[in-house]
Amino acid sequence: MAVEGGAGRELLRTMWRIRVFEERVGQLTRADEVHGLVHLSSGSEGVAAGVCGQLRADDVVYSNHRAHGHAIAKGAPLAGVMAELMGRDGGLCRGMGGSMHLVDAAHGFLGATGVVGGNVPLALGSALAGRLQGGDQVAVVFFGDGAVQGGIFAESVNLATLWGLPVILVCENNGFAEFTPRSAHTNVERVSDVVSPYGLERETVDGNDVGAVRDAFARFLAAARAGGGPALLECLTVRLRGHYEGDPQLYREALAADEWQELDPILRLQRRGLEEGWLEADAPARLEQEARDEVEDAVHAARESPFPPPGLTVELVYAP
Amino acid sequence: MAREQLPYIGAILEAIREEMQRDETVLYYGQNIATTENDPFLQAFGPDRVRVTPISETAEIGMAVGAAVAGYRPVVELYMAEFMLVAMDQVVNEANRFHYMSGGQVKVPVVLKAGYGFTAGWAGQHTGTIYGMFMGVPGLKVAVPSTPADAKGLMTASIRDDNPVVFFHHYLLTLEHGDVPEGEHVVPLGQANVAREGSDVTIVGIGWTVGKALAAAEQLAADGVSAEVIDPRTLAPLDTATILASVEKTGRLVVVDQSTRHGSAAAVIAAEVASEGFSSLKAPVQLVCALDATIPYSEPMEEYILPNEAKIVDAVHQVLSPTAA
Repeated sequence: MAVEGGAGRELLRTMWRIRVFEERVGQLTRADEVHGLVHLSSGSEGVAAGVCGQLRADDVVYSNHRAHGHAIAKGAPLAGVMAELMGRDGGLCRGMGGSMHLVDAAHGFLGATGVVGGNVPLALGSALAGRLQGGDQVAVVFFGDGAVQGGIFAESVNLATLWGLPVILVCENNGFAEFTPRSAHTNVERVSDVVSPYGLERETVDGNDVGAVRDAFARFLAAARAGGGPALLECLTVRLRGHYEGDPQLYREALAADEWQELDPILRLQRRGLEEGWLEADAPARLEQEARDEVEDAVHAARESPFPPPGLTVELVYAP
Repeated sequence: MAREQLPYIGAILEAIREEMQRDETVLYYGQNIATTENDPFLQAFGPDRVRVTPISETAEIGMAVGAAVAGYRPVVELYMAEFMLVAMDQVVNEANRFHYMSGGQVKVPVVLKAGYGFTAGWAGQHTGTIYGMFMGVPGLKVAVPSTPADAKGLMTASIRDDNPVVFFHHYLLTLEHGDVPEGEHVVPLGQANVAREGSDVTIVGIGWTVGKALAAAEQLAADGVSAEVIDPRTLAPLDTATILASVEKTGRLVVVDQSTRHGSAAAVIAAEVASEGFSSLKAPVQLVCALDATIPYSEPMEEYILPNEAKIVDAVHQVLSPTAA
């Protein structure tokens, strides 16, 4: 299926917003305006955009510690995410969650969790709830290849297939689990092979090719909406930055700039759009600039927001 | 007309059944339940709401947490409290933190039903009294009923609560019978019960040890000692006000807990009283806990390691002795 016209521009817009937002977060981290632990998804924007762009507001997304892109692609407002990262009362979670625990319930972004693999069964619960309500909503959970070696992953895949739950497991396989290459974690190269005995639909795609992500996910989504069970989409992608901001990355060689230009999901789609004629020559620069303006507005709005009142720490321990 | 007495476990199941009738969002999932077509829950509520799960505690609790975030009220049957230990991330690091870390956007009304303390030859891994590991975890509530009536009332309250609740029911109380109110019966979480009034000493019992404390109080009464027995009923929230008020009256405190001393709720209660009620105390607080050891298999050894009536009576005599202060 071709990516073109409006859909292509929308994917580019989403990816640029994530790319520029996270670049800015990196700068603000170094300036200590974003004060805590931050993991950037730069390089994997194509997965977030290709998947979340097809979801409805009532579809649910769970994410992991590398969550900004997923939240933004699911519709979370940039200012709300930025204010959260700055620990402000105007943040999505009023400054109580931060980068690793973003939640935007209004947009079906039910949450990011900071323990690898901990989010997978949560998505099963959303999928179950959707089924029990008789609806066709779908749950999606993003995780890295590092989560796959945990028992929680096997338990969740087993239960999801056993109960036929409408959950789509999206693995961002960037070849590194935190600071360790996949080869030091497992003998199984492809995550889609790990799940083969359970009998769920599965596919491995080039995660830097947004069109491929979008098409594969579209098939799984249609099946889950129609009452089908779970599926696993493995997206081979790249983590341009370290595990966290500040990671010296002694465990790997940096990707050469020209090599990355070939892989970059944004540049690839732009090249394709220009070649295929659905993207105007000035559109890439314009899309990037629009994203930069939007991100700056978000930074300004976040700076204007006060820090949360200390009483919130006690008030929120229990739901009333 | 009063109905027949119910066993503790029957009271718990009655609460779940009544809440499932009252509220369609209440689900009942877990290990080893509804394994035959004749299962009464399955017959009453169908396979969507009542379902057996694989022995996958992490996935099963995590799924329930996700369903709770999505608007359901799952009760998860865990069989043995220790089985929660393999799923601790979901219990003490996901379920309990979502409301808080989302800035109040979501809530997690899930009940984890966990049997504990089965010191009847079940040896070292099925006898743990491990509520102390959960009571200090922010966002979790912890219920520890000691009677059939409270078991029903606390389960009802736990299901209706918008927070994750670990409901610890004691296996040695399973078939203890008692009067249980028919129909709706709610015991609010966070309200201690004065199980027996007295003036000389306060004995706090927890779960199974409430009965031990009451028996000891009866024995002490024969010796002319008036013991007040407090049952906190929930450890989180902990009703310290009721305990402090009692100690203010009696000036003496003995806390009885089946847990290992250093992992006990008793140690926390003693600390609260030492910190907030020191001026009321006429003698050091005494703890009657299990020894800091794994529960042994052999029956006489089991008895040796656990709190009992005689140990409670001894502790009370110690806090009452003129040299105690």
